[in-house]
Amino acid sequence: MKKLLVLGAFAAMLASGTALADTSGKKIAFSNNYAGNSWRQAMLDSYGIVTKKAVDDKIVAAADVFTTADKEVPTQAAQVQNLILQGYDAIVINAASPDALNGAIKQACDAGITVVSFDGTVTEPCAYRVVVDFKDMGKQEVEQMAKFQPKGGNLLEIRGLAGTSIDDAIHAGILEGVAAHPEFKIVGSVTGDWDQTTAQKAVATILPSLPDIVGIVDQGGDGYGAAQAFAAAGKPRPTIIMGNRQDELKWWKEQKEKDGYKTWSASIAPGVSTLAFWVAQQVLDGRKDIPHDLLVPYLAFTQDDFEAALPKIKEGGVATHEYTQEDAIAAIKANIKQ
Amino acid sequence: MTAIAPGTLPKSSPRGSAARARLLRGLLPALSLALVLIAIAWLNPRAISYFGFNLMLNLAIPIALATIAQMFVIAGNELDLSIGTFVGFVGCVTATWLRDAPLLGILVLIGSIGVYALLGALIHLRNLPSIVVTLGMSFVWQGLAILVLPKPGGKAPDWLLAIMSFKPPYIPFPILAALIIAAVVHFGLMRTSYGVILRGSGGNAAALRRAGWSLLKTKIVLFALTGLFGVLSGMALIGITTSADANIGNGYTLLSIAGVILGGGEFVGGRVSPIGAVLGALTLALAASPLLTFMHIPPDWQVAANGAILIIVLAARVLISRRER
Repeated sequence: MKKLLVLGAFAAMLASGTALADTSGKKIAFSNNYAGNSWRQAMLDSYGIVTKKAVDDKIVAAADVFTTADKEVPTQAAQVQNLILQGYDAIVINAASPDALNGAIKQACDAGITVVSFDGTVTEPCAYRVVVDFKDMGKQEVEQMAKFQPKGGNLLEIRGLAGTSIDDAIHAGILEGVAAHPEFKIVGSVTGDWDQTTAQKAVATILPSLPDIVGIVDQGGDGYGAAQAFAAAGKPRPTIIMGNRQDELKWWKEQKEKDGYKTWSASIAPGVSTLAFWVAQQVLDGRKDIPHDLLVPYLAFTQDDFEAALPKIKEGGVATHEYTQEDAIAAIKANIKQ
Repeated sequence: MTAIAPGTLPKSSPRGSAARARLLRGLLPALSLALVLIAIAWLNPRAISYFGFNLMLNLAIPIALATIAQMFVIAGNELDLSIGTFVGFVGCVTATWLRDAPLLGILVLIGSIGVYALLGALIHLRNLPSIVVTLGMSFVWQGLAILVLPKPGGKAPDWLLAIMSFKPPYIPFPILAALIIAAVVHFGLMRTSYGVILRGSGGNAAALRRAGWSLLKTKIVLFALTGLFGVLSGMALIGITTSADANIGNGYTLLSIAGVILGGGEFVGGRVSPIGAVLGALTLALAASPLLTFMHIPPDWQVAANGAILIIVLAARVLISRRER
């Protein structure tokens, strides 16, 4: 125990040692294109908590948040250009488009500004990308499904917002998982837009035309809606993979208490914004060995640990995780190894 | 609105005050732009430089072009609710076909101007409300844009990138471009005889018809000009962003209407001002983004503050035009 304490103190010293290097005068801006759903609100909350502490601890001089009024690409491009003019040293960005902001991002890089994108990442090579391994998440969904439904059967897939890289990646992972588990067959696919109401409507529409479904693979934000649709149609409840939303986990808890219902839950933690912040700080700190594409794990809950997480999530919110500087250093290290 | 009878009011009201009010109205777009610029200079002196103007204003060029496009339909007492998605469609064509198959790209863009001209004819011949027709068209353009470019991407042609990143000596390119756009359109619409006819079709269509002018033709010309400037706007936008997204222009519809009104235009009566429209577009572009960024407003309030700035700027415009009456 004592050893652990000493080790801990040593680690803290090391961490603060690197932090105090020379980023205390640096300013980091956050360019955000949308704030209108629970995930984004949680993202901003996490970011606010972590950066406020970082500023108080004098790790960075400023960490300001800028949200555009609409979801439009040109507005955010203009915003990035203004942040260049403001003299920020780094810009953390959740971008409205993977490609269409590249012009502005390049201008920022040319002005010597570090750009770190996450969630909505940008393809401009000079920027850093903090990417959650969505493909693996999709694959894991089927792996987990195989544990709950060992006999296999028919699956229903709920897709996310069409045309986004996230939807593509999760879908590809699910297909890969099904290929590895031939006992499963996807018999239907609907678009749920990561939204309970949309998912409920879409599932209710397709339900009468489907054979018996043993499981639903989805993208998060749609599990509770799917459950409602099945209940309303009076169909047997399948194994629905959840997506860390409060209403989903709450429903899961109710079902578990009733008859030991089993499933699995995974999604990208909104707090990944804080990881992007620390990556920016590390780059400003002078680290040259950071890969421009950083793959970070998603946040998953199992039968055993989801109930402990549930009370911490706000009503209507989504489970999050605030990353620390050490987490970021560890994530960078893991990516260098790959 | 009582402004439907333009030109009659100044004569019936005391000459001096009306002229003063008209001067004020003409100056208002320039005044509001100056006000926004002063605020920016005060908040962030670094921005008032060659480099700063380049960064702050280059995205105002496509907005100015879209505003001019909107101004042409408004001159004919119509509204175009599809200009935003049309700019997006042009952007997608520019970033794909215009680069890979220039001939096809040019044909498609010219064809889309032709579609605009046909819309003008349709609206005139069937006496349809333009709001309904263009609202419908906005979904058509959006759908076509997604067909051309299902996923964000593509790349602007090199010559377009070169034009948009042109760095003339002393005067920043966006300002030069704004001057040229304003001068060309001002001359064409305000100083030529057919320009008078075009505006007249919005001011007093019955008189024009009796004088033997074809209203069908004026409507077609106005819509074709809207299409032309929509194409220019989309190309300029892609020249700046370097690649496209099917949703890239969606915000331009309302921005362009606000720009025309801020620039001293009226929804009816053929009363528009090209110079005012360009100034209005620049003001909106500056007020919405740089000003807001430099003010350091807490994130929760930024979206609302953006709207508030727009309302304040437009309210000042309405106050002054009311005094004119």
